[in-house]
Amino acid sequence: EASGKCIPLAAVFGRGYKQTPLYVVNHGETGPIRCNRCKAYMCPFMQFIEGGRRYQCGFCSCVNDVPPFFFQHLDHIGRRVDHYERPELSLGSYEYVATLDYCRNNKPPKPPAYIFMIDVSYRNINSGLVKLICDELKTLLDKLPREEQEESSAIRVGFVTYNKVLHFFNVKSSLAQPQMMVVSDVGEVFVPLLDGFLVNFQESRSVVINLLDQIPEMFADTNESETIFAPVIQAGMEALKAAECAGKLFIFHSSLPTAEAPGKLRNRDDKKLLNTDKEKTLFQPQVNSYEALARDCVANGCCVNLFLFPNQYVDVASVGLVTMYTGGTLYKYNNFQVSLSDSNFLSDLRKDIEKTTGFDAIMRVRTSTGFRATDFFGAIYMNNTTDVEMAAVDCDKAVTVEFKHDDKLNEDSGALIQCAVLYTSISGQRRLRIHNIGLNCSSQLADVYKTCETDALINFFAKSAFKAILSQPLKIVREILVNQTAHMLACYRKNCASPSAVSQLILPDAMKVLPVYMNCLLKSCVLVARPEIPTDERAYQRQLVTSMGVADTQLFFYPQLLPLHSLDLKSDSVPAAVRCSEERLSEGGAFLLADGLRVFLWLGVSAPPELIQGLFNVPSFAHISTEATSLPDLDNPFSKKLKSILEHIQSQKPYTMKLIIVKQREQSEMLFRQFLVEDKSIYGGASYVDFLCCVHKEICQLLS
Amino acid sequence: MATYLEFIQQNEERDGVRFSWNVWPSSRLEATRMVVPLACLLTPLKERLDLPPVQYEPVLCSRPTCKAVLNPLCQVDYRAKLWACNFCFQRNQFPPAYAGISEVNQPAELMPQFSTVEYIVQRGPQTPLIFLYVVDTCLEEEDLQALKESLQMSLSLLPADALVGLITFGRMVQVHELSCEGISKSYVFRGTKDLTAKQIQDMLGLSRPAVPTQQGRPLQTSEQPVISSRFLQPVHKIDMNLTDLLGELQRDPWPVTQGKRPLRSTGVALSIAVGLLEGTFPNTGARIMLFTGGPPTQGPGMVVGDELKTPIRSWHDIEKDNARFMKKATKHYETLANRTAANGHCIDIYACALDQTGLLEMKCCANLTGGHMVMGDSFNTSLFKQTFQRVFNKGFNGEFRMAFGANLDVKTSRELKIAGAIGPCISLNAKGPCVSENELGIGGTSQWKICSLDPSTTLAIYFEVVNQHNAPIPQGGRGAVQFVTQYQHSSTQKRIRVTTIARNWADAQTQLQHIEAAFDQEAAAVLMARLGVYRAESEEGPDVLRWLDRQLIRLCQKFGQYTKDDPNSFRLSESFSLYPQFMFHLRRSPFLQVFNNSPDESSYYRHHFARQDLTQSLIMIQPILYAYSFHGPPEPVLLDSSSILPDRILLMDTFFQIVIYLGETIAQWQKAGYQDMPEYENFKHLLQAPLDDAQEILQTRFPMPRYIHTEHGGSQARFLLSKVNPSQTHNNLYAWGQESGAPILTDDVSLQVFMDHLKKLAVSSAS
Repeated sequence: EASGKCIPLAAVFGRGYKQTPLYVVNHGETGPIRCNRCKAYMCPFMQFIEGGRRYQCGFCSCVNDVPPFFFQHLDHIGRRVDHYERPELSLGSYEYVATLDYCRNNKPPKPPAYIFMIDVSYRNINSGLVKLICDELKTLLDKLPREEQEESSAIRVGFVTYNKVLHFFNVKSSLAQPQMMVVSDVGEVFVPLLDGFLVNFQESRSVVINLLDQIPEMFADTNESETIFAPVIQAGMEALKAAECAGKLFIFHSSLPTAEAPGKLRNRDDKKLLNTDKEKTLFQPQVNSYEALARDCVANGCCVNLFLFPNQYVDVASVGLVTMYTGGTLYKYNNFQVSLSDSNFLSDLRKDIEKTTGFDAIMRVRTSTGFRATDFFGAIYMNNTTDVEMAAVDCDKAVTVEFKHDDKLNEDSGALIQCAVLYTSISGQRRLRIHNIGLNCSSQLADVYKTCETDALINFFAKSAFKAILSQPLKIVREILVNQTAHMLACYRKNCASPSAVSQLILPDAMKVLPVYMNCLLKSCVLVARPEIPTDERAYQRQLVTSMGVADTQLFFYPQLLPLHSLDLKSDSVPAAVRCSEERLSEGGAFLLADGLRVFLWLGVSAPPELIQGLFNVPSFAHISTEATSLPDLDNPFSKKLKSILEHIQSQKPYTMKLIIVKQREQSEMLFRQFLVEDKSIYGGASYVDFLCCVHKEICQLLS
Repeated sequence: MATYLEFIQQNEERDGVRFSWNVWPSSRLEATRMVVPLACLLTPLKERLDLPPVQYEPVLCSRPTCKAVLNPLCQVDYRAKLWACNFCFQRNQFPPAYAGISEVNQPAELMPQFSTVEYIVQRGPQTPLIFLYVVDTCLEEEDLQALKESLQMSLSLLPADALVGLITFGRMVQVHELSCEGISKSYVFRGTKDLTAKQIQDMLGLSRPAVPTQQGRPLQTSEQPVISSRFLQPVHKIDMNLTDLLGELQRDPWPVTQGKRPLRSTGVALSIAVGLLEGTFPNTGARIMLFTGGPPTQGPGMVVGDELKTPIRSWHDIEKDNARFMKKATKHYETLANRTAANGHCIDIYACALDQTGLLEMKCCANLTGGHMVMGDSFNTSLFKQTFQRVFNKGFNGEFRMAFGANLDVKTSRELKIAGAIGPCISLNAKGPCVSENELGIGGTSQWKICSLDPSTTLAIYFEVVNQHNAPIPQGGRGAVQFVTQYQHSSTQKRIRVTTIARNWADAQTQLQHIEAAFDQEAAAVLMARLGVYRAESEEGPDVLRWLDRQLIRLCQKFGQYTKDDPNSFRLSESFSLYPQFMFHLRRSPFLQVFNNSPDESSYYRHHFARQDLTQSLIMIQPILYAYSFHGPPEPVLLDSSSILPDRILLMDTFFQIVIYLGETIAQWQKAGYQDMPEYENFKHLLQAPLDDAQEILQTRFPMPRYIHTEHGGSQARFLLSKVNPSQTHNNLYAWGQESGAPILTDDVSLQVFMDHLKKLAVSSAS
């Protein structure tokens, strides 16, 4: 009886793309076997009865006939003889090949397409960004994702540049030269060409390379500084729609779209709104058109990846909206300079292009009786209350699902969850990915507290709080978070803990880090309204967290702090992380701090000179330049070790972390200190101890 | 005095003017009783070998409302250096440059033989001619290839400094940028959305930004090229690029499903072409040349939907008010045509398709702007290729036979007023004392704009005599008309051609025979025909025919000699003798009869009829027929079924068609191969003679006629049979005997029957 209900029940579905490919089940033309009533897919929860002729659905208990081709005898314990031969009977996750019924318009999908859309306004040309992108694409296009068994990628590519108008390029393989087609009717954009816009890179290689060579020159003497944005997305979407395929847009954009066009934005960043009821508007899109655009994009399987290079306010809340709803990724590089910060961007771009992605996806979560999915958080779009639509979904995106009881759960059968994702693979195959989870149910609250996962809880709390700030004042959201923490702990205290003095704070074992994590969440700049924090940064982080998986949120809210001065140069291991507090730092030490977006290399004033020599190839602390954004490649154990550590912490992370070198007692330390999350923050965030006291006080109140 | 025929011919050659009446009835009342209005056919730029232009400004009358040009009719006081305007009687000082004139030292414009003078004047900067190709890409591969070749060839015919531009269209409209090197660039527009000129210019980046540069930007102070140069480039600079670009043109790539027409955005394409020129080169000579291979099927100006199962509108549909798109499309093209005309540009339409292409709706584009209209079956025919080439023909002096932006100003003596004009022009709404309230054709003005014209472009101008009956004009008084045509010569020079003519007045009551003798029945027939065709554009066909009939009857009543109610006594004098026959053929012509013609064909025929000179117009009304036989040299014969004889070869010229018809026997001989036998060489020559003559016509006429070679019993013989007067039909075959002529299977009345009726009605005392 888990009706204490103080702990939210939530599941986070990452898309286990990183693991070895799943087994694929193909039932040919009949398609996947599904329960007649609840439409759940064949899975290990289906109970075969009557000698294998029928099966009972584990979710709705409906008894269905086994289709003749699927029939198999049962063994002595009532299990099908082919139990272990069939992934859908023995595994938690597997894939089905979907039939035409599962396809848009009942037509087999075409392979997806990637469209590269480059802002060629004055600033991007002048900064060299356009040239950088074009040069990089020349090599990246060879690395488009492909299915394991295939020689080359089926993904087609297209190119658009834009400033105040859109330039489409015809890169048909038969052409000697690419052709540019300008669409200046930005009020009502359309695709000017069909044939030759989306091409196979291998076939059109010479024309595409030619184009990428010419783009920077073509606009070399531009003085157009205004840009459009919504029409760019619209154009990309229309192109995909016309080509009848799903796909991704890669938009490289740098300024507030002020040109006269739909989705035109003005600078509405107003610090006066902070801590007022109107603060939430800063997180909402400025104009309605972006939401409608997002809906259209999702409906057409168009995912928008946005690379932002802002020097000032670009209204991330508005321009990033379509990206968020379409399952795209938002990248932001403040004050981007080609020579200094390009490695981050290029590595992000490379990863994003190479990433395996599912397109035009729709997710449905089914549960056994007694509870149901009530809320969904992530880079998703929902037209109704049950179907989660995603224009694209990749390995770094996670959807957090909140469940609620609507009846008693059965302790014997447990709680069953089946998450089915229908998507188009990179080769253009329509597939169904099925994840099945069976959870135990217990009437003992203590058991519930024992098995709870704090990392997942924080993920859920963060996502729900970040969603709530769209509709509620910040203050209330913060209060709710504190209250919930207190409630959960008070409930434990009341029902499970052994009696003890009221003044004593008792934390369940599995939740002992909850207060520290919760404090970190409360200190996140999204939930802190201070004029020093740029609005765009808050909107950006809000959006990032919304699609993050558990591991990512954990790191994001509680960064990893690794001591470097005590490295064991011989072993391959990464040093054990220490708590994020200034107390852990020492003048003679050097530390690495990573939160998933940035990695700081902190150097104490008296850090070991051999370490400094080894890492920077300079004789002393004073010689270290904090300008650098990367470390020199040096042939010594220190350097190699640090590189391997950096590589390790970077692996499996969706964003390439920006390296920032911080010297103790220098100006840049201020920023660094904000990440020492257990300490009192300069923006007024409580230290861990203070927060604990505060929570304790609340608990006492609740108990009395 | 020489005969009137000679007088008329001499005047036509010198001034390019032919009046319906060469002696004018001196009172308003009498003039209206003449039935045929006082009017003239004016060929403003008639080619004159013997007319070297003078290099100075014309001398104008100083009265602001007059501004007539000094001419041989003016009275000059050589001693006082004064001249009196013959239109308003204002006395004017000669300008200082004329200080040296005297009776023996006259400037050209005062010499009687220079009733027509051409001035070259210096006005404003000279801008090169502009040719904007608007090309349909929804064509069959073979057609497109032929068109591309023709266009490529045309580049070599353009003046080297002419600006040329290219717009292609299909489902989308592409404006090609011609200046860029390397990558080819075009601006694309949706074919379904009409845009204002301002929008088009904004979208093409032609409007200059209010704040050109921002701080910290490299200032582009160095030479700012003419802003439109991206789309319109001197042909000598980009002919290689453009040749390649044209060569690479592909058929419209958007898929066309079975049972559909390709989506063709002609309306938007034209609109963009007009907007482009409007924004960049207003009031300079420019040709928009539209090449289309089918009807507009989408967007503004669409003529038919894309479903093939719904055919394009026919006359039947129009009569039944079943032409869904016609009104809207016509309105779209009319708006465009008026804008184009206001900018002084012209639109040519080259429509080549087997089915209709929407000329009915688009006709105003060519009609109001003086553009050409060419209709053919395919771009891959010599008809199109030759015709297109002839657009760039040069005259005897090596200059293009095209002129632009003409402004025709007509001035009249006080006894006359201007009723209107019919031709490829628009009104400039110049009201003035000499403008009549009664309109004939495009009236209410004394000035018209002719955006494009060539040496044969001919306007019909109608006048009204306003002199009252009780204010007789003294004996020997003359009425005068001055035509002042300012235009841009193909060499881009600004020129002014001034023609001043005068005719005697006569009292119709006492001197009717003078007026009668000076009747120019050919000019009158064409002038009346133009009025009829003009009416036919807006009125029901039968109404127009009735009107024409009534006019003819009234004319016969007025000028015929007869005793009342005795048809047999009816006679017409020589100067009127051919007129009824012209009317008979006009009634049967495709200009007034729509039967058997599509709306597009009717529009096409009427377009040409409203601009050709008298000779060509007469051919159109009454085709000419030549006979070739062993009985004598080739001779013109009656356009009558009786002329179709077995041993004759006939050559018919209808202006639009050249038909060679081998009589029955000749055809048999030819089949037997006599022409190949040395002993029948004369037969070979006989066969060859009409071919040579036809070739001569084919090589000079614009547009090139359709060439039809047929024989007795051939299906194409219908072209001849439908034109000849059906004097023998299946109804009266046996009465006429079998030996002469060929019977025509028709119920149409013959000329004889027509004349009989006419006589009866003319002499009837009832009417």
